[in-house]
Parts: sequence; structure tokens; C-alpha cells
Amino acid sequence: MDRKLPPEVARDKDAILKEANGLLKDPGKRRLLGNVLTLGGLSLATGILIRDEQSVKKILQRISRFNDGAQAALFDPNDMAPEYPRSDISNPFPYNAFYPLAKVPKVDGDSFRLQLAGKIADKRPWDLPALYALPQVSQVTRHICVEGWSAIGEWGGVVFSDFLKRIGADTTCKYVGFKCADGYHTSIDMPTALHAQTILAFTFRGHTLPTWYGYPMKLRMPTKLGYKNPKHITEIFVTNDHPGGFWEDQGYNWFGGS
Amino acid sequence: MAEESDKSSVHPWWLRMVHWMNAAGVIILILSGWQIYNATGFMGFKFPREVTLGRWLGGGIQWHFAAMWLLWGVAVFYLVMATVTGRWQRKFWPVSIPGIFRDLKATFTGKLSHTDLRIYNYVQKAAYLFVMLDITVLILSGLVLWKNVQFPILRMLMFGYEGARLIHFVAMVAMCGFIVVHVVMALLVPKTIKAMLWGR
Ligand code: HEM
Repeated sequence: MDRKLPPEVARDKDAILKEANGLLKDPGKRRLLGNVLTLGGLSLATGILIRDEQSVKKILQRISRFNDGAQAALFDPNDMAPEYPRSDISNPFPYNAFYPLAKVPKVDGDSFRLQLAGKIADKRPWDLPALYALPQVSQVTRHICVEGWSAIGEWGGVVFSDFLKRIGADTTCKYVGFKCADGYHTSIDMPTALHAQTILAFTFRGHTLPTWYGYPMKLRMPTKLGYKNPKHITEIFVTNDHPGGFWEDQGYNWFGGS
Repeated sequence: MAEESDKSSVHPWWLRMVHWMNAAGVIILILSGWQIYNATGFMGFKFPREVTLGRWLGGGIQWHFAAMWLLWGVAVFYLVMATVTGRWQRKFWPVSIPGIFRDLKATFTGKLSHTDLRIYNYVQKAAYLFVMLDITVLILSGLVLWKNVQFPILRMLMFGYEGARLIHFVAMVAMCGFIVVHVVMALLVPKTIKAMLWGR
């Protein structure tokens, strides 16, 4: 290809190569070049990162999925959340939802039926008296909110793993999903669904769950953050397809364990 | 050993790499941590939105739990390398309370020597050992906040869940204090920054 270059350009090219060679032989200059390249590379990388916010989001979401896996691996079904004496119960216990108190759904207990769907053998809906007739337990545990507060409450209801067995849920499936009367929805991993402290709760401090704490029922898991504990549950389904959730789809970590 | 082959460097390549990765990790963690803190502001004040990372709580959490891995990785790598290369004994030993006070006095009277960047004075030793301890506390209290049911002994050591939250916050404040002093000191003796970047 040299043949195509006019002689004076060819001479220039030789000189440039020679100078570049000299530059690379001088250790000080070589270091400078290295530094310039490093700085250039770094600013390019930051530039791309800042310009392309979508790709940053994607990377962060991927790491969040990875964190789901890490938490599933750390999860030990024998580790119990601490339980507290009744005197530690927070008073008042905070109300929290994605809407103000006035918008809390009013569920009619008489006509209410809990729906079951997905990989469950016996999908007959449940009315409230039938649920109340099941063996009941209670716990005084700490509710931890992703927003940076926590409060101790007392919930009563049925051990969720017992309920899943009673309805013939396929507990080899990966997920249990929840649909709620207020449009909320979320889902949890099967190991947490089967944890001894996971209960389908109908009461708060020994009384029927007030509307603002999730009447007619909420899933209470002291091993997970508040947004993983759905209130006003109307349907429970078992599945192998990742169901996501109201907050989880917007960026909260899906496993959300504590 | 790695340092023997790198005689001309004030700081070996691995330390420089770890230092800047750590600085990036710590800064991301602090700014996203402020975002998370702002959701409730349990100390009774909030950080200005403009200096927080992640746009909203969910974004701040994503940044925080991503940079967390960077900090853990860097901390473990540093511990291993500093032990294997004998950096602990060489750079941070001896360290003594009178020595720290002597060098502190020298600092404020302008008598502290910076002729050999290889040798840390007692104030530097104390500051760096302190920040390493602080990072350890941040990591351990953070673990309790993240997974308190899975680490019962750690949770006890941190005085329960709410204790861990307070400790995590106080350790963050201490870290901010360190960064301000550390960066001012480095800017006062710019050749230390050059050495931390390029090794000389
Ligand atoms: C953001 C968090 C930071 C942390 C936690 C941190 C921590 C440390 C530690 C532990 C060392 C000692 C390492 C060793 O010798 O084994 C060190 C050294 C050093 N750091 Fe940082 N650093 C941070 C940010 C910065 C920044 C932003 C600068 C630049 C302005 C800087 C400049 C230096 C310099 C120049 C040294 C060399 C030591 C000396 O000569 O005193 N650091 N840092």
C-alpha cells in the first residue's frame, strides 16, 4: 500500500512512526501515555454509563436478581425471627400503604371468599368462618419496613405451611403469589412460604384484623420486609412462573428478606 | 513478595487498584445510603435530594445492594493481600498512642516530614487503621440490617435490629469525617495523590 502514497507523505509517515517509537521507548513518556489511556478509558466508561441510564438500570436490575439468589442461598428454614413479650408491642402500630387511610378497601366479610388458583389440588374457595375454624397460632414479632422504620406487633392466624398442605398445594413449585382487594399483588419463594413463622393472619393483638392492617387477612412473615407481607388477600396461587409484584416490578428487591 | 518486584513504586499496583475501587464503592454506598435514609429520616433530618443517588428509594436500594458486593470484595481482597505481602507489619507497625499524639502535634506545627511517602507517620497509621475498623463495622451492621434473621449472633452484637441501624448510621458519619480529613490532607501534599494513582 506504500506504493499509493506520494513520496513526501511516505517520508512523513516514517518520521511519525520513528517519533512514536521513540515515545514508547522513553519510560517516562510511556508512563504518561499509559496514564492518558487509563484516564481516557475511565472517562469514556463513565460517559457511557451516565449517557445511557437505561443500561445502568438494567445492570442494577440484574444485580438485584443476583441478590435474590444470594438471599435464597443464605435462607435457613431453621433460623427464627426473634419474638418479643407483649409489652414490647408498638403503640400505635403505624399504618402504611401506597394510598392514604381513607382509601383502604372495605371488604364485606359475609360474602368474602378466598380464591385459590394454580398448582393447588383443592381449589374450592374458603369463607371466613371456615378459615377461623382452623387451628390458630399467634406471634409477637418485628415488622421491618423498607423505608427505614420497624415496629413490633402481634398477629394471629393459621400456620401457612399447614394451610398449603390442607389445600393440596404443590410445594415443589417455586412461588406463591397473592392478589389483594386494593389492587396490590406480590409473590414469595416456596421455602419462605413453608417457614414455621409464616402465618396467614386474621387478627392483630387478638382482635379481628382492622381494615387498615389488612382485613380480612394478611400474610405475616417476620423473615421478610413489609412490602412482601400482602394485606387484604383475595387470591392465593402457586406457580413456577415468576409472578413479580407491585413494588418489585418498580425496583424493590424481589426476595426482600431480612 | 509482590512488592519486592515493584521496588520503584511507593504503593504496589494491587493497593492502588483496591484503593480507588474502594473509594468508588464507599462513595456510592454513602450517597445511595442517604437516599434510603431519606425515606424516613429517623434522625430527624433529611439529606438534600441533589446529593443522593438513585432518584427514589427503590433506585437507592439497588445502588446500595450492588456497591455492597464491591465493598465486600475489596475488603476481603485487601485483608488477604495485606496479610500475604506483610503489609500490616511493614506499614502499620509499630503504632502507639504517644506516637499518634507526637505526630499530631508535628502536623499542626508543620513539622511533619513527607520525604519518604513509603513510610506512614503515626497519624496516618491511626487514621487508616481507624477507617478499616469503620468499614468492618459498616459491613457487619449492614449485614444485620440486610439479613437480621440469618445472623442471630451478629444481631445480638449489634444490640438488635434497631441497634444495628443506629450503629450503621454513626459509622457512616465517621466515614464522612474520615473522607473530608483524608482528602484535605492528600490535597495538601499532592504528590501523595500522584503516588496513589501511578505508583510514584
Ligand atoms: C472514599 C473513601 C476513601 C477511603 C475509605 C480511603 C481509605 C484509604 C486507606 C485505608 C489508605 C491506606 C491504604 C494502605 O496503605 O494500605 C489510603 C491511602 C491514600 N488515600 Fe484514600 N481513601 C478514600 C478516598 C480517597 C480520595 C478521594 C483520595 C484523593 C483525594 C485519597 C487519597 C489517598 C492517598 C494519596 C493515599 C496514600 C497514603 C498516604 O500517602 O497517606 N483517598 N486511603
